[in-house]
Amino acid sequence: MAAPVKLTIDGKAVEAAPGTLVIDAAKLVGINIPSFCYYEGLTLQAACRMCLVEVEKAPKLLAACTLPVAEGMVVRTETPVVAEARKYTLEFLLTNHPLDCPVCDKGGECELQDMVFRYGAGESRYSENKLHVDEKQWSPVVFYDGPRCILCFRCVRICSEGMGVGALGIVNRGAVSEIAPNHGDHLECDECGMCIDICPVGALTSGTYRYKTRPWEMDHVGTICTHCSNGCKTTLGVRNGQIIRGNNRDRSGINGEFLCIKGRYGFDFTDHPERLQSPLMRVNGKLEAASWSVALAAVAKKFSEVRARHGSFGVIGSTHTTNEENYYLQKFARSVLGTNHIDHHRSGDVVTLLDALSGTAGSLSTTADLYERKAVLVVGADLSSQQPFLAFQIRANYRHHQARVYVVTENEVREDGIAAATVRVDKGGELAGVHSLAEKLKTESELVIVFGDSIKGEAVRELVAFGNSLGIPVKYVALVDYSNSRGALDMGLVPELLPGYQPSNQPGMTVGEMLESESLEVLWVVGANPLESAAMKAKDAFVVVQEMFLTETAQRADIVLPAASAYEKTGTVTNVTGEVQRLKTGPSTMGAKPDLEIIGLIARDMGLAAAVGPWIADKVFEEIRATVKGYSVPMAIISAGGAAHTMPVNGRIPVESRPDLIHSSRDNLFTSGTLGRYSKMLGSVMEGRQA
Amino acid sequence: MTLSPHLEAKFAKLLTSYPPGRQRSAMIPMLMFAQDELGQVTQELVEEVARRIGCTPLQVEEVLTYYSMLHKKPLGKYHVQICTNISCMLTGGAELWEHASGKLRIGHREVAADGFFSLEEVECIGACSWAPAIQVNYDFHHHVTPEKLDRLLAGLRSANAV
Repeated sequence: MAAPVKLTIDGKAVEAAPGTLVIDAAKLVGINIPSFCYYEGLTLQAACRMCLVEVEKAPKLLAACTLPVAEGMVVRTETPVVAEARKYTLEFLLTNHPLDCPVCDKGGECELQDMVFRYGAGESRYSENKLHVDEKQWSPVVFYDGPRCILCFRCVRICSEGMGVGALGIVNRGAVSEIAPNHGDHLECDECGMCIDICPVGALTSGTYRYKTRPWEMDHVGTICTHCSNGCKTTLGVRNGQIIRGNNRDRSGINGEFLCIKGRYGFDFTDHPERLQSPLMRVNGKLEAASWSVALAAVAKKFSEVRARHGSFGVIGSTHTTNEENYYLQKFARSVLGTNHIDHHRSGDVVTLLDALSGTAGSLSTTADLYERKAVLVVGADLSSQQPFLAFQIRANYRHHQARVYVVTENEVREDGIAAATVRVDKGGELAGVHSLAEKLKTESELVIVFGDSIKGEAVRELVAFGNSLGIPVKYVALVDYSNSRGALDMGLVPELLPGYQPSNQPGMTVGEMLESESLEVLWVVGANPLESAAMKAKDAFVVVQEMFLTETAQRADIVLPAASAYEKTGTVTNVTGEVQRLKTGPSTMGAKPDLEIIGLIARDMGLAAAVGPWIADKVFEEIRATVKGYSVPMAIISAGGAAHTMPVNGRIPVESRPDLIHSSRDNLFTSGTLGRYSKMLGSVMEGRQA
Repeated sequence: MTLSPHLEAKFAKLLTSYPPGRQRSAMIPMLMFAQDELGQVTQELVEEVARRIGCTPLQVEEVLTYYSMLHKKPLGKYHVQICTNISCMLTGGAELWEHASGKLRIGHREVAADGFFSLEEVECIGACSWAPAIQVNYDFHHHVTPEKLDRLLAGLRSANAV
């Protein structure tokens, strides 16, 4: 790296790499130069003139956002001349601004408000009528209020650069310029809402949040999105026990400010009218409301009875419940109920990948690796649609570091647009496609391979062998579907594996086998919907379901116990790349309980609480950290809301791999398994209806 | 969209007139040439140009709405552009504008009922030395007076009379 450039900003000595912009160099010494159009990570615009600074020997003020540092440069960021210039800039920005702050969604967290407050541009010399245009609705989630817009182009850039969509533009010229959507009067896009959150003012507002509250009336709860497996942090705005918005404007979490429509708007299932708020018991063939104590006692009685005669239990776990719940559930099933019939819906072959990588270190990619590594190979997955944050990382890597992206897929994908090479293959031809890239990949210095469910079983071993043959460091990501699909595997929600990928050495039935079994006496389903697309052979089995909604599976239940959603509980989840993060409790739904507590109460009512231990998330996580391989993660990171990378087993996993059971649901941006059905917002956008 | 052979040839040449990867530089000339032939920039044309230069229709729309010489509505056969910027204003440009508007009974960016003339009040057209100046389609007319303008308009009409 070239020698750093030395300069002085507000009397402080600064050293910065050549090419660093003054606005960024100032941040190195804690000086914040105000700006609207400048946005870290996006292309430069130099449109707003807020970042003007005084530079010694320069005849006039210069824009810090486009000014690279130079040796010996002396910069002053807050002189009277600078303050006056900023005040005038603000006066211009306010000429047509409606100043409807008292009713504006952004009021209180508006960058324009903050700047006017800071520079005191309280008077205007503009006495003409302000230009007014009516606000427009571009989609169920995006509204545009033109007069509030200060034309900083942030939305336009985040949409085209960050998202690779390019659904927004600026039309007209001068004072009548405005943001325009890609289809005349409406948007056809990802509906991610990135444009809304990045807007420094209240010009772009969201359909779920607008005119609902003042920002200071909410509690801001940073938790992990419960939809796909990417593990984005979403900061829930909670007021009176209700989630009003999701965003991540503080850029906390592995995803920075990135969120897709699910993370930003898909929280509305929590107060869906069909949400279960009381246990249900089957009386004379019909499900009727019951109290918690009665329902739990009935479950405990039945479980105790079947357990006493060594009857057959089947347990199906969830891809959305926490690690603690999964761990506790399998512990309960294995040590209390004495069954190894425990499984969940598997969506990626993590097991074979870990086995194939045994003996190697640092071969598991994190989400950060996708942004930092020099080359990425995507195999058999439409990332932008199915794994949106991973796609965002790769796009950002391409923009910022010129990463080489290779794509091997059946259909066209958005990543084609940034790819160094694209291979179209027929279904099942993914590996051949990968092999055809061998020569090109050998010229890379490092690589991350991201693969979907078309690569499973032996194909995973072959892919790893291919990676080894390249002679460069290769990291892998085995894609899985949901927020804790990975955690379900890690915690041993499969018959053949105990937590930490230890072989269970005891035969147990898979989901399919449980449903096929005619002798099953109890089926206990925790947060899953296996009967959505399959029937259950054991007609007389006693079915207990912990669920948020009356799903197909819950409708078959003898007892339904209303469960809390991931937004209503604490615990940890593990994302697709094996990064563990902590959930925080946002709202609560009356009548529902977290699954961990429900399982604990069943144990208590059976008089076996001591066998499973306390149903307190922190206590269970302590046990996980102590006993599950790979989970001895630093508590400081977890507690502070960070993501800790788990390093599961580094040795052979001597179990029969079951690639036949691995199927991704291939949820797109607008679907989310059973959960998606209960999100009105996901169902309301036109792109979702088309899909 | 099918283009005339003439336009097709122009477009093809434009695509090779810029360095590789900079084909979107051809956007404005493509829109100008097509507008000359079609009389306006249609949505169909926007999409066609976007397709040829590899950008989104919205990006073409951004440019199209920025430049006042690109028109989404059809103009008259003769588009009369009267400058009222400083030099022309001082030498009678504003009066010229009033006169033309009254005579043709149309206002700024409007087209006469018969579609023969359209009128536009424009900013500086770079002919200050010969102010007041007007531009009819691509032709400039210097030191224009109301009388001269009347003769010019009448001349255009009679030249086109069948």
